[in-house]
Amino acid sequence: MDLTYSVEHEKYREEVIDFLKGWPLSGEDARLPIEEQESLFRQRGIDAGYVYRNVPREYGGAGQAPDALKDSIVREEFFRVSAPWDLLNQGAGMLVPTLLEFGTEEQKRRFIPKALTGEERWCQGYSEPGSGSDLASLQCRALRDEEHYVLNGQKIWTSNAKQAHFMFGLFRTDPAASKHAGISYLIVDMSAEGIDVRPLREMTGGSEFNEVFFNDARVPVEFRVGAEGEGWAVSRATLIHERNLIGNPNMMRDTFEDLLDLARRTQRGGQAAIKDPYVRQRLMEIEGYVRTVETSNMLQFTATLRGEPMKAMRPMMMNKLYSTDTMQRIQRCAFDLLGGEGMLAPSPEDIVGWARNTTSTGWVEAYLFSLGPAIAGGASNIQLNIIGERGYGLPRDPRPPEKS
Amino acid sequence: MEFGLSEEQDLMQETVRQFINQECPPTRLHEIFNAGEGHDGRIWQGLADLGLCGLMLPEKFGGAELEVLDLALVCEELGYGAFPGPFMMHSLAGVAIAKAGSSSQQDRWLPQIANGAQVATLALGEGANGWECSEWSTEVRDGRLHGIKDFVSHAALADLILVGLSDGHFAVVETGAEGLSVESQDGIDRSRPISRVKFDGVRCEVLNESGACVQAIQDVGLALLAADAFGAASRLVDLAVEYTKTREQFGRKVAEFQAVKHQLARLALEVEPTRALFWYAAHALDHLPIEASRSVAMAKAHISERGIEAARAVVELHGGLGFTWECDVQLWFKRMMFDRTYLGTPEFLRERCANLGGL
Repeated sequence: MDLTYSVEHEKYREEVIDFLKGWPLSGEDARLPIEEQESLFRQRGIDAGYVYRNVPREYGGAGQAPDALKDSIVREEFFRVSAPWDLLNQGAGMLVPTLLEFGTEEQKRRFIPKALTGEERWCQGYSEPGSGSDLASLQCRALRDEEHYVLNGQKIWTSNAKQAHFMFGLFRTDPAASKHAGISYLIVDMSAEGIDVRPLREMTGGSEFNEVFFNDARVPVEFRVGAEGEGWAVSRATLIHERNLIGNPNMMRDTFEDLLDLARRTQRGGQAAIKDPYVRQRLMEIEGYVRTVETSNMLQFTATLRGEPMKAMRPMMMNKLYSTDTMQRIQRCAFDLLGGEGMLAPSPEDIVGWARNTTSTGWVEAYLFSLGPAIAGGASNIQLNIIGERGYGLPRDPRPPEKS
Repeated sequence: MEFGLSEEQDLMQETVRQFINQECPPTRLHEIFNAGEGHDGRIWQGLADLGLCGLMLPEKFGGAELEVLDLALVCEELGYGAFPGPFMMHSLAGVAIAKAGSSSQQDRWLPQIANGAQVATLALGEGANGWECSEWSTEVRDGRLHGIKDFVSHAALADLILVGLSDGHFAVVETGAEGLSVESQDGIDRSRPISRVKFDGVRCEVLNESGACVQAIQDVGLALLAADAFGAASRLVDLAVEYTKTREQFGRKVAEFQAVKHQLARLALEVEPTRALFWYAAHALDHLPIEASRSVAMAKAHISERGIEAARAVVELHGGLGFTWECDVQLWFKRMMFDRTYLGTPEFLRERCANLGGL
């Protein structure tokens, strides 16, 4: 065990820190709209080799030799100063790794560069009204008509579908095949005829989710990723990326620090709440979980680095549930600290999802929002099945007979 | 940058686990538990033969000069095995002498501690919640030790007792000295029996070579207790998994019921990721001095609390059997009660963490 970095990596960190002196932007650049400033700096990060390190140059990434330690150094330093880094959205975070693994050369060249810059936005079409936890029961059809698939059916819980240019999703291309075998992974142009997006309203008051209806919408065959009928395997890879997105320890620590700030500025019994013995107990108990997330992440990281991820299989399976549980503990505590202000509704500017909170109503939004990740990407009860069955060899749930 | 164990560390854990499986399986454990002495000279000698009694002591005294993490990894295995005996306190006593003893004191005691020929223990707590030296009244006056210590593990067996003084130093007492009385307490964890020890003007030597070290030794103790608790909690999870996979009701293995399966998964979830927490805390003591005290307190508080909640659930998962003296579960349950309490309950340690964190 050695938590120090090699000379090479220390030097690399210095270079990253030096590069980050360029953020925030200054001079003329600082007068650009913030989105443009972010794009500009992100592109500089790509050119310098820090952003999208592992995506090849020809697809718009930095094309660096794989070095997980350098990845983590860059991530740490970029997070420290909140500099624009890899976009962690459906496009760059989920579609791109999937295409890198399963896509054709044309697909990679066509879709990856613009997903990385965010110029083309993506949404994910997995869940359906009748297929949530049991995703593989999905019914949305994509039947072959010459060189196209014709889509009919409905997707739901589709984040950002209104703004998205494309969807990647799972569709049933062979209704006669068995449950998992009849599914293909398709890319859908959201501007195509026969696609109707209807927004849903979440309990936070925000409107991130949508329903997407397909009515004879056509998708060219060359937009299929992987072989026909192998969409399930392709999507598994994507889902792992989504779970990794949810279990980010930097974000957990930041939110915990925000919670401490909230306890400092909240008055209780004539003093700051952070001086209250019960509040202190609760904060320190929560920090025990946060520390566990952080240190377990280090353990898993080293196991992966050594090429022995099997040694850390159990904590890896637990990441998603452990992180969402921990985040909910933080949010429950924040809600209690808010007192009466916890009865206030979030305003539109509070509805920021993952972003950090400073206002009371921002915390209310986060309190509500923290339930979302516990449901998305495999709900907590599904996670318990995975941990029990695959981690500890407990009997699998009884399977209903396959429909014939 | 590596947060993982070395091959030697993996091998050492494997060796200790095999030794415990062979020499002290649950059947033998019950015998020792029932006899009440919490000790077996033969298995103690076995630990000594493996070179474990002086793991952190200098090589010139027969030690292995390893780090707190190595010692903690042994403690994890001992917790996993609910292994009876004075190993943890003995090891801490050795570290204290190595840290703060004069060279003649080291020469006199450390070789005997490193080879296990003499057993040493620690006397720290005074009263139910007196784990900090600021709350102690034990002191040395005119070269004689006066005071009363509670919850002294294996006091009746020990040859040496290291006694924590109110000024933060240790005094060393050789048992058999005049004015020393050991009054056995009926401890809950019979793998580590406890006593109240009175010092009524007992001859002693103070370890005074490099300042007060009681707090530093307690910090090492917290790391070892966290490791022991992690091992015990892991065993409890394994016991529950094993039992529910074989026990049948309503014509099925009870683990097939999702209520049971999910309870087991929750237990595992509370325990397994905390392995990294005790690794980090133990490593911090040798390499990250600024955060070490806080890390060990947090690890011990968190793991022992999660562990004892797991223990209660594991009893329930065993049904009526789990409530019996004959069931293996009680051995680890009581191990956990000791680990949770000794050197401070989670509440006490969390308040310390809050202070050290500037809250």
